[in-house]
Amino acid sequence: MEKEIAGKMIKVNDEGYLTDFSQWTQEVGAAIAEENNIVMTPRHWEVIAYLQNEHKNNVALSIRKIGKSDVLDIKEFYQLFPQGPLKTSTKIAGIPKPASCI
Amino acid sequence: MADGSIYNYDILILATGAKIAPEEIDGMKAEEWQKSVFDFYTFEGALALRNKLREWEGGKLLVHITEMPIKCPVAPLEFAFLADSFFKHKKMRDKVEISFVTPLSGAFTKPKATAALDHLLDEKNIKIEADFAIESVDNDRKVIVDYGGREVPFDLLVTVPTNKGDEVIARSGMGDDLNFIPTNKATLQSLAFENIFVLGDASNIPASKAGSVAHFEAEILTENIKHYIKGEALSEEFDGHANCFIETGGGKALLIDFNYTHEPVEGTFPFPGVGPLRLMKESRMNHMGKLAFRWIYWNMLLKGTHIPFVSSHMEEAGKNFN
Ligand SMILES: Cc1cc2nc3c(=O)[nH]c(=O)nc-3n(C[C@H](O)[C@H](O)[C@H](O)COP(=O)(O)OP(=O)(O)OC[C@H]3O[C@@H](n4cnc5c(N)ncnc54)[C@H](O)[C@@H]3O)c2cc1C
Repeated sequence: MEKEIAGKMIKVNDEGYLTDFSQWTQEVGAAIAEENNIVMTPRHWEVIAYLQNEHKNNVALSIRKIGKSDVLDIKEFYQLFPQGPLKTSTKIAGIPKPASCI
Repeated sequence: MADGSIYNYDILILATGAKIAPEEIDGMKAEEWQKSVFDFYTFEGALALRNKLREWEGGKLLVHITEMPIKCPVAPLEFAFLADSFFKHKKMRDKVEISFVTPLSGAFTKPKATAALDHLLDEKNIKIEADFAIESVDNDRKVIVDYGGREVPFDLLVTVPTNKGDEVIARSGMGDDLNFIPTNKATLQSLAFENIFVLGDASNIPASKAGSVAHFEAEILTENIKHYIKGEALSEEFDGHANCFIETGGGKALLIDFNYTHEPVEGTFPFPGVGPLRLMKESRMNHMGKLAFRWIYWNMLLKGTHIPFVSSHMEEAGKNFN
């Protein structure tokens, strides 16, 4: 389905995750962040860029992996994206919700 | 080998499984371990918990999943349902507050089953605490704390600790950060070595870590190893098929059947449109099915007899995918 985000029609799944990453722009990310009550700072965008890069390299994302990365620790991840940081940050990043869950 | 002996191989099948690692979480395996903090994924843990439950007088019971993946992702749910049933029988259900604490956003990993199971939890008066990524167990205050600072108090914590592959996998330099072996999810061949194949919980494939999965995989693996020996392409493809009974207490059970691409839905099993088992619905017949499975397990599965009507690939007929 399609949803209007930041004035554009964007393809999303029924949970609101982008299904076509090529439609992602920083404005789209910022609009999704706002919907989730997150005020983006430069640090937020650094983390988003890191997640997008991991996704591009086919790294399966998990809280544990984030904790072991040298980009940020889990505590900070929670400070930046309170309440389900992995769910929220991947949505803002325009990448799929991690399927760590089987 | 531990005794220093050496075996050579042309083809190696790794099936070293997964086991719990409570030491991954601060304070989990500490003063309260097997006093008010228990696992039931080991024999010792299950036994200690049984003895505890015999004399426990009630309070806050948490059924908790530390992180995914775990073996048999439905086992903690079954525990919660059976605990509800157990305390009802003991006529002390009103003295026990049961909560299901999970790092997932709901009761299960797939949306339709989650909706059905969330409903069952609600019906049985089991509270759900979702999106809880545990950081530590506070033994003095008897609370579990998540990375966001959220706290949930307990009198009895029944946890499924982090599941990891065996240390031998780490020592061999073959594992990921949880000692699971990176494996091709269709052919079951290791991604690092073409003469190594991985069966069951030891792999990192995105299928449930369940006995039923290992069983279905085995049929695929046999064929693929024969192909490999002949130098042919590994043409058999595992589809992630899993089939799990979920005991829901009171002599009833629920059955789910799914694979990589199809989440569990309602329908009939194993005969499309006929059953006799109903998918995703609580029923007595499903519980009978589970009881019958005991016999099937000892008399057919262990002997390698094929179970009629149940195939390694998931059957799509008889399911309401809409
Ligand atoms: C409480 C509980 C309930 C479950 N319920 C169900 C259910 O209802 N249905 C279902 O389908 N599945 C269920 N499961 C899951 C099921 O038990 C596992 O998925 C299944 O046993 C996996 O088989 P496996 O052969 O891969 O590993 P395992 O059965 O774990 O076997 C691995 C073996 O390798 C041995 N090993 C490991 N490392 C070494 C080493 N270095 N040297 C020598 N030996 C080694 C281990 O000792 C072990 O015996 C349940 C699991 C639990 C814990």
